[in-house]
Amino acid sequence: MMDWLPENIWFSVGLKVFFALMMVGAVMTMAGYSVLAERKVSAWMQGRVGPNRTVLPLVDYIPVIGPLLKKLGIFQPLADGLKFLFKEEIVPGHVNKFYYYLAPLIALVPALTTMTVLPFGQMYWPDGSVTTLALADLEVGILFVFAVSSLGVYGIALAGWSSNNKYSFLGGIRSSAQMISYELAMGLSLLPVFLWVSVPGAQTSGLSISGIANFQEGSAWLFLVQPLSALIFLIALFAETNRLPFDMPESETDLVGGFHTEYGSFKFGIFFVAEYAHIVIGSAIFTLLFLGGWHFLPFMSDPWPPNWIGTLLGVGWFLAKTIFLIFFFIWIRWTLPRFRYDQVMHLGWTKLLPLALANLIIYVLIVTLIDQPSSLF
Amino acid sequence: MMSTVDLLFWLFATLSVGGGLSMVFSKHPVSAAMFMIVSLVGVAALFVLLESFFLAVLQVLVYAGAVMVLFLFIIMLLDVGPDAAKQKITNWKTGIFGFFTAALLVYLLVFLGNSNDFVNEGTSSWPALIEDSATSGQSLPFSTNVSSFGYGLMTKYMLPVQIAGFMLLAAMIGVIILSKKDVQQKNDG
Repeated sequence: MMDWLPENIWFSVGLKVFFALMMVGAVMTMAGYSVLAERKVSAWMQGRVGPNRTVLPLVDYIPVIGPLLKKLGIFQPLADGLKFLFKEEIVPGHVNKFYYYLAPLIALVPALTTMTVLPFGQMYWPDGSVTTLALADLEVGILFVFAVSSLGVYGIALAGWSSNNKYSFLGGIRSSAQMISYELAMGLSLLPVFLWVSVPGAQTSGLSISGIANFQEGSAWLFLVQPLSALIFLIALFAETNRLPFDMPESETDLVGGFHTEYGSFKFGIFFVAEYAHIVIGSAIFTLLFLGGWHFLPFMSDPWPPNWIGTLLGVGWFLAKTIFLIFFFIWIRWTLPRFRYDQVMHLGWTKLLPLALANLIIYVLIVTLIDQPSSLF
Repeated sequence: MMSTVDLLFWLFATLSVGGGLSMVFSKHPVSAAMFMIVSLVGVAALFVLLESFFLAVLQVLVYAGAVMVLFLFIIMLLDVGPDAAKQKITNWKTGIFGFFTAALLVYLLVFLGNSNDFVNEGTSSWPALIEDSATSGQSLPFSTNVSSFGYGLMTKYMLPVQIAGFMLLAAMIGVIILSKKDVQQKNDG
C-alpha cells in the first residue's frame, strides 16, 4: 500500500530537502525585494527618491554599474535584515512569554508551507514528455493552499492576545474577524473556476493548480471568462494578506502598530517577512488561477521551443506576471485610503458574499447549458 | 524492525492523542484551544498516511482553520481566564453524556475494530465500477480519489446531502432568530 515511498528513502528525502531549501530561498528573496519595491514604488509615487545610499564595500567603485545599483537600492534588503538581527531583543514584562515567542513562528510557517504545492513552470524533457515543476503537485493543491494559509491567522491572533496590550488585542481580534469573513467569499469565488475547468472527460482534477494553469493554454485566460470571480478573489486576497485598504490588524492611525505593537527586533522582522511572503505567494496563486500561469498570452500557444530554453522562458514569464501582481499590490496600497472597520465587515458580508453566490449560480446555469442544453428547457 | 511509515504513524498518533489529553487537562482555555489544533492537525497527518489527501486537507481547512479560529476568537473576546476551568464537574447531565461518549468509544474500539467491513484495500485512482454501483444496491467501491467523493455525494447519497444541508440551514435560521430576539427585548425594555 505504501508503494509511494521509494526504496532509497534517504536519498529522495535529501533531494526533496534540497529542493525545498531552494524554493524557500527563492520566495524569501522575492519577499525581501518586495520590501525594497514597496519603499521604492511608494517613493516614486510621492515624488521622492527612496533608498539610494546602501552599498556593499568596493561595489561603489565599479564604473556605471556600481552607482546604478546603489541608486536602485539593491543592497537595502541586506541592510534591513541585518538591522533586525542586531537590534536588542526586548521582551516586555507584561506579556505571556510562551505565546509571545510562538506567535511570529506560527505566522511564518504557513506562509512557507503553502509554497510546497506551488507549481512554477513546465519541464520539457528530451524524450518529449512534459512534467510540472513543483515540490509536490497535489491533486487537491488549491484546497491545500487554503487549508494551510487559514492557519496563518493564529499567529496574528496569538500575538495580539499574548501581548496583554489593548491595541495589540484589538488588532488581533479585528484580524481574525476579517479573515473568517473573507475566507468565505474567497472560497465561493473559486467554485465557478473549478466548475469551468472540470469539463466532461477531463484528465486532471479541477482542484489541481497546475491543471487549472494548463487549462488556460491556447484558450482564454480565466479572468476573461470569469471576470467577477477574479475580482472577488483579488479583493479577498487583499483582505487575507492584510494589505491596505484592508490592513485592519495594523492600522497605525488608530492602533499604534496593531498586533505587533509590543514586538521588536527579529521577532518583528519575522512578522514583516511573513506578510510579504504571503503577498508573493498570493500573487503567484492569482497568476496561476486567472492569468494563465506560465503560458504566453490568451488565445496563443506558447511561442518557445519545447526544450530547456522553453522551460526557462516559461518560468521567467510566470515570474514576470507574479512580479507585476506584486507591483499591483504596492500600487493599490499607495493609492487607496484605509477602510473603516465596519466598512470592511459590510463589504465582506453584504456585498462580496451574495455576489459570489450569485456568480456561482449563474455559472452553474451556463455550464449546464453548455454541457447538457436539453436538461434546462 | 519498524518501517518509516510505522514511525510516522506513531509520531502522529502520539501527537493527536497527546494533544487531545493536553487539551482536557490544560488550565488555560487558550492553551486548550491550541492543543486541540495540534490534535486536529495530527489526525490530518494520519489521513495523509492513509493516502486520503482530500480528507486530510478538509480536516485542516474546516476544523483547524475555521472552527478553531472561531473558538479562539470567542475565548479571547470573552476573556476567559484560567479560573473558568476550576469549577467542579458535579452536574448529573455531564455525567450521563460522559458515560454515553465513553460507551460509544468502547463500542467502536471493541466491536467495529474487530469487524472486517472497514478494512478494504482502497485505491487512490478513479474506480471503474463506480457508475454501476451508484444506481444499484451494492455499495460504492472504496476510493480516496477526490472525484469519487463528489460522485458518490451527488448520485447515491443525494438525499442525505440535501437533508444535512436543510438541517444546517434550519440551525442557521434558528441562531439568527435567537440572537435577534435578545436584541429586540433589550430595545423594548
